[in-house]
Amino acid sequence: MRFKDGYLQTAPTADVDAGTMSRREFLKRLGLLGGGLIIYCAIGDVTVSARTPRQGFLSGNVPTDFNAFIRITADNRITCFVGKIEMGQGPITSFAQMAAEELDVAYEAVDMVMGDTELCPWDAGTWGSLSTRLYGNFVTEAACEAKGVLKELAAERFNCPVARIITGNGKAHDSEQPAQTATYGELTAGKVIEKHLKDLPPLKSPADYTISGKPYLRRDALEKVTGNAQYAGDIRLPGMVYAKILRPPAHGARQLSADTSAAERIEGVEIVRDGDLLAVLHPYPDAAQRAVERINAQFTLPETGINDKNIFDHLLKMAPEPSIASQAGDVKTGEKGTAAIIEETYLNNYVSHAPMETHTALAHLEGQKITIWASTQAPFAVQREVAQTLGFQQKNVRVITPFVGGGFGGKGSSGQAVEAARLARKTGKPVMVMWSRAEEFFYDTFRPAAVVKIRSGLDNAGHMQFWDYHVYFAGRRACEIFYDIPHHRESVYGEWNMGPGIHPFAVGPWRAPAANTNVYARDLHLNLMAAKAGKDPLEFRLGQLKDRRMRSVLEAAAKKFGWTSAKTPSGRGFGISCGIDAETYVATMAEVAVDEKTGMIDVKRVVCAQDMGRIINPQGATIQMEGCITMGLGYALREEIRFDNGRLMDTNFDTYTIPSFSWLPKIETVLVPNPSLPPKGGGEPAIICMGGVLATAVHDATGATLRQLPMTPERVKKALAVKKNNPARGEMLFRSNKLRAYAQ
Amino acid sequence: MIETIRFTLNHRPVSVATGRERPLLWVLRTDMELTGAKFGCGEGLCGACTVLVDGEAQPSCQLTLGDITGSEILTIEGLTKNGDLHPLQQAFIRHDAMQCGFCTPGMILKAYGLLLATREPTYEQIIDGMDDNLCRCGAHVRIVKAIQTAAEAMKGGPS
Ligand code: FES
Ligand code: FES
Repeated sequence: MRFKDGYLQTAPTADVDAGTMSRREFLKRLGLLGGGLIIYCAIGDVTVSARTPRQGFLSGNVPTDFNAFIRITADNRITCFVGKIEMGQGPITSFAQMAAEELDVAYEAVDMVMGDTELCPWDAGTWGSLSTRLYGNFVTEAACEAKGVLKELAAERFNCPVARIITGNGKAHDSEQPAQTATYGELTAGKVIEKHLKDLPPLKSPADYTISGKPYLRRDALEKVTGNAQYAGDIRLPGMVYAKILRPPAHGARQLSADTSAAERIEGVEIVRDGDLLAVLHPYPDAAQRAVERINAQFTLPETGINDKNIFDHLLKMAPEPSIASQAGDVKTGEKGTAAIIEETYLNNYVSHAPMETHTALAHLEGQKITIWASTQAPFAVQREVAQTLGFQQKNVRVITPFVGGGFGGKGSSGQAVEAARLARKTGKPVMVMWSRAEEFFYDTFRPAAVVKIRSGLDNAGHMQFWDYHVYFAGRRACEIFYDIPHHRESVYGEWNMGPGIHPFAVGPWRAPAANTNVYARDLHLNLMAAKAGKDPLEFRLGQLKDRRMRSVLEAAAKKFGWTSAKTPSGRGFGISCGIDAETYVATMAEVAVDEKTGMIDVKRVVCAQDMGRIINPQGATIQMEGCITMGLGYALREEIRFDNGRLMDTNFDTYTIPSFSWLPKIETVLVPNPSLPPKGGGEPAIICMGGVLATAVHDATGATLRQLPMTPERVKKALAVKKNNPARGEMLFRSNKLRAYAQ
Repeated sequence: MIETIRFTLNHRPVSVATGRERPLLWVLRTDMELTGAKFGCGEGLCGACTVLVDGEAQPSCQLTLGDITGSEILTIEGLTKNGDLHPLQQAFIRHDAMQCGFCTPGMILKAYGLLLATREPTYEQIIDGMDDNLCRCGAHVRIVKAIQTAAEAMKGGPS
């Protein structure tokens, strides 16, 4: 299976060593869970039995045996095990729906166990809107095979052919003798059964679904409203201590000396050095914090000269050779005979994940075994990293992922877990590491700052003739043009996960990596072209768009929005943006008002239409769209990391402002039905249009072009002033590099 | 210096022997093992640690034990009465007013403080009253709806 959004190309390669769970391990799991029954079965050659192939980084280690996913106990409860974690996007609900659907049991009969390396089947990590569209297949297929075994057990019990067995609501019966009935629990009770299926049971047809596709409320809501939901920081063990680690003041700073004498005077403090880690431990986190602040440490400070203003020049200098994401025709040929050329450079700054829960982990050493409760998006990667760091066997490292308080890509890297593990080993005590907000910003793997240069041309009739697109360090995802432009080329200079040397600090995947940058630049540029052509931006797009799915989401959004045709800038403040992410099609329209005095953008309304194939949980899908829209206001309007010489200026929410209640526009969502396609991603797509839809809306309102995200009031005022001084500017041919002038 | 600090916690008198300068948030989370109040920023900027102090929503990371001596503290753990969910909790469930849920206890208590002060808040009053509590997942739209629903349900009398 290949995913168009570049995950296979860009994801790091993992050594495929975890292997599939063995029967012995299932038995061990049984012991851990305090009894219950599982059905053993093998379907001929298990590797053949897996319908969705296990391969590569994403699924190479996912077991094929359904027992890894499904357990049926005598009390008729079904436990569904998945290596994914729950950080808000709702897979805890949709996996339960999928398992219940395929097994023919009530949704309520399914319990979910997630993100525990000892109990759950392996997973690469929870990201890329892949939970439903890839891992969901594994769960569905496992449930289907389990049902096949249950049917055989029923056939034996009722002494009838398997073909006569009907399942429903957790029971199996003989269709010709309805009195012959048994619950799944009865069928499996009292024995450990080994079964060999001869044939692959067929998967249910989506047309027969009664649970998948129906709106379900979150199943973790009760725990979350009562405060009973446990996050990593909420786990308590006897004798546990809290660690605070001495941190450098800037990236690239080196510690010269550290005097801990003042810290040691706080009662109960324990100072621990483990290699490069200098930590203070205390039974109270507040005391540990006070103590670490008393360490008198000297550091060398780096002099890189790089800051958030000149970073773009630096990035262009560092640009590697491009790789071509897609192309057609020849842009040079296309350029000949164009009536107008539009050339622009777009920038976006570093953006933080800023989940409300900071990175947290509790590590507990028992002999040669260590257990770690971690807020992470990738428990199995943490398991491997901890094992490597401590020199432990992987099977002696257990990572348990309680509820995660938001991730958005930022908890794919989990340094806090390794820190807790090291300190636990050193001291023998259970150690909790909970990053402060400043640490969370400092060690965040930011969405990279990026540059996009676009050169494009129109013919006499105002049709797009050529499109020459260059993206630097945002990455390729969603950069491919889906309009029918005879000559186009999309060149990608570096991905979003470039290692050290390029960026002054760590960068990584941020909700829909690369896509936010690419879609913003593309849509703002398209609107400048529509303006040049004297056309309505929607008609301009539809005029060169054959892709049926894209047309349908644009039309659905336009209908809900009440879009009417007008040349842009129309003064109405209407924005438009559309794109493809995680194989989901999304179109967004917005209405803004711009206060020209203050530069403030008031987002009045956002309408978003999405085609995500078959939908497992429409309620969950809608919530993800609303969440994406609200979160996306931040990177579009206000969020950026300011820094100088490796030092961050933004260390808390006072200066790093994220969307709050007063930002709320009216949000409307449309799910465009497309049941013929398997489920596509839902946790990310709707965020990709937020930069583009607001930048085009501001342009439509005022004629000012915001060539940099976020569109802070200062940048808006500046763009308005530029427009006033030179009203024709937006329609001029730019050949010079305007970078420096706008990089502020 | 260790002192005995007395206050009311979730309708019951309690005393803690500890330093009066210690932040309420960490005393709740460690000494009392009540982990519903969350740490989000430590500087009064996010509201994840919100509790009610004598009926008023306040960030517990900004309060010391000295500040709350003799006060009535209500945390999310004390909101359920005899096993019955508070109307706000019910409304948050009904409207799916959360994603990761990390902000949820703080949101509910902030909203409770708002409703205690303003029985029937307008949309604008809700927005204004809730603005200091941050939610990164973008559950805002549903949180507002949940507060409106709860306000309606609580009209009849005190909850
Ligand atoms: S932790 Fe107290 S306001 Fe953020
Ligand atoms: S639900 Fe995640 S922060 Fe609000």
